[in-house]
Amino acid sequence: MIRRVYLDNNATTPVLPEVMEAMRPYFGEHFGNASSIHHHGQATRAAVERARESVAALLGCRASEVVFTSGGTEADNLAVFGLTRPGDHVITSTIEHHAVLNACKHRVSQGCEVTFVPVDGRGLVDPADVRRAIRANTKLITIMFANNETGVLQSVAEIGRIAAEADIYFHTDAVQAAGKIPIDVNRIGCDLLTISGHKLHGPQGVGALYVRKGTQLEAMLHGGRHERSRRAGTENVYGIVGLGKAAELAITGFERGDDKKMAAARDRLERELLEIEATGLNGADSNGECAPRVPNTTNIYFDGIDGEALVIALDLKGLAVSTGAACSSGAIEPSHVLTAMGLRPDRAKASVRFSLGKQNTPDDVDFALGLVQETVGRLRDLSPVYNKAASSDQRAASNRRSAGP
Amino acid sequence: MLTTETIAVAMSGGVDSSTVAAMLCAEGHSVIGLTMQLWNQRRLAGHEGMPESVQGRCCSIDDVYDARRVAETLGIPYYVVNHEERFERDVVRPFVEEYLAGRTPIPCSLCNNHLKFDQLLIVAQQIGADKIATGHYAQVVFDEQLNRWLLKRPADRSKDQTYFLFGLTQEQLSRTLFPLGGMTKPEVRELARAYNLVIAEKPDSQEICFVPGGDYKRFLEAYLSEQGVEPTPISGEMVGGEMVTSDGKVIGEHAGVHNFTVGQRKGLGVATGSPLYVIQIRNDTRQVVVGKDEELYSRTLRASRVNLISTAELGEPMRVAVKIRHKHQPAPAMIESAGPGEVLVTFDDPQRAITPGQAAVFYDGDIVVGGGWIDTSQE
Repeated sequence: MIRRVYLDNNATTPVLPEVMEAMRPYFGEHFGNASSIHHHGQATRAAVERARESVAALLGCRASEVVFTSGGTEADNLAVFGLTRPGDHVITSTIEHHAVLNACKHRVSQGCEVTFVPVDGRGLVDPADVRRAIRANTKLITIMFANNETGVLQSVAEIGRIAAEADIYFHTDAVQAAGKIPIDVNRIGCDLLTISGHKLHGPQGVGALYVRKGTQLEAMLHGGRHERSRRAGTENVYGIVGLGKAAELAITGFERGDDKKMAAARDRLERELLEIEATGLNGADSNGECAPRVPNTTNIYFDGIDGEALVIALDLKGLAVSTGAACSSGAIEPSHVLTAMGLRPDRAKASVRFSLGKQNTPDDVDFALGLVQETVGRLRDLSPVYNKAASSDQRAASNRRSAGP
Repeated sequence: MLTTETIAVAMSGGVDSSTVAAMLCAEGHSVIGLTMQLWNQRRLAGHEGMPESVQGRCCSIDDVYDARRVAETLGIPYYVVNHEERFERDVVRPFVEEYLAGRTPIPCSLCNNHLKFDQLLIVAQQIGADKIATGHYAQVVFDEQLNRWLLKRPADRSKDQTYFLFGLTQEQLSRTLFPLGGMTKPEVRELARAYNLVIAEKPDSQEICFVPGGDYKRFLEAYLSEQGVEPTPISGEMVGGEMVTSDGKVIGEHAGVHNFTVGQRKGLGVATGSPLYVIQIRNDTRQVVVGKDEELYSRTLRASRVNLISTAELGEPMRVAVKIRHKHQPAPAMIESAGPGEVLVTFDDPQRAITPGQAAVFYDGDIVVGGGWIDTSQE
């Protein structure tokens, strides 16, 4: 068996052992339907509500403001479809996750208007652009907290203030922020916020939408009066319990300073990857500085390399990383995020995302560094384009030198 | 003891390539499954003449699922690689342009030359595979005496795909395996069943993969409309012109040269006493020349962009058999060099419906000498 190192934690994270342990009883002895009045139902109801309190603690809100869903996509859709009606205007950005982007595009086909606010070269939305996009019929502003491909954090608190002043609902997709940085819905000033279980070492198939008290949200799923009539369907008890435990562990992690350790590991990985020639940090300005980011993500281009081939070659040697977004067949499509940031198409295709998780060790980072250095070198040796460009660069450089006095 | 290699298999989700992957695994090779994502079927949905929901075969999710299932059964790594851009540039656009120029293209050969044995081979090399293997029915062998890689016809003549492979270079052939070359199709299916592959009973596909339902005219219209060519040359009748007889008599009009192929009898839109056939399409004047069956025969053709396989160059004229379309029985002929990359073919007997845009492939017995693209037929 080859050694396998997983640095694709923005795609999904492994369930932590404590989370698995917390979930285990709900596959067995505690099997009840949380809506049942008997002993079995009471046991699972209690577990669901404890989990709700844990999630509320992670987000700084009340338990009654947490709606459990099947995941981030459902929560994003619930925010967009639950708040807007035909004729309403929505403001979002060009770098949202497809769960928001395509929900908004679908709303356009149903008679909503949507403004897609651009980002600058660092991947940042200018809050002034959001303010300028506001119209009389603007119902919702939805701008993500942290981007999945670059990790860049938007100025959500400022956008929250703009939304509050204009009395417009503000939703933020915090799927990539939750568990990585502390979140406080009141500091952000959002009315809705999405999180997903499996991005913070909880299970797949569960997520939550924070809905500020008093928000008029129409349910998408109709049935029983689950989740205070905001989301019908028997609760996914073990999933919810897992999400609750993951939220608790995230909070203790912040208290321990896990996020600072994570940032140090990411910074080392990034620094050493950037020592490979003809590489660069996506989103960095001319000083090499990045916008504020979550502590686990870096997105780097390797000139002259086909990112898709690099990801496959690394996978075959045991390192899991990713590039762009996988389409339905599993093929890679150029990243809409990097493209929106104005990256050259060849660089967008030469970009790879590395994202760390709580399970990664310094040894994992060393393994990744060694393998990436070796593989990038090998791929460049095979690339006639890169070699030609490199040698002409060298020629140009030596010409410049020889042209001196 | 056999040496084992790392081999990338081009997997389409069909019986042939799936069986290739299973065979190479059984031989102990380290096998990596690759599927090329070449065309997005949804792309032209809703455009001029295309329904909102397009059912096509190419790169369909179902085929990728099938390939993935097979890879999982075999326990091999499997990846889908995206080559949509190159496919459009090197296959789809030339396909459209050829039709608009009154020629009849073969996209499969272009795909082999530019995608399967070029881009895919590069990916294979990059991910550490020494060779690629495909489910084509053909054979590749190294000839010590000639010091060249040879492309040969397969054991199953009814499945012979060498006609589409004439463009392979020595470098490409040296890195290519055609494990089905010595087998018949029924044997391949039998083997697929023996390996318990889920796709063992999947029907064969014949049509051009990116053209839904084989309706190439509808595809051209939709593609041009998507490209912002409005009105499309087709709907705007910009490619329309006169229908003339070989002695220059105008007998009608036609709505576009792309509607015709040399040898075509149906759909000419003119009524005469004796059966009429398209004998020539003149791109410069957009005239479609029609005539009697006997006028379809010519003895010579000129092929351009010639690739030679069994020999580095054509010094002396050479006796070969030449195939001018996929289902054509190779006919005895002499070939001689007619300038760089050009070959003049002179058949012993006149051949019917030599069609510009198709390939002329030269055979010496089972060996593919080379081939080129038919430019013109001449009397």
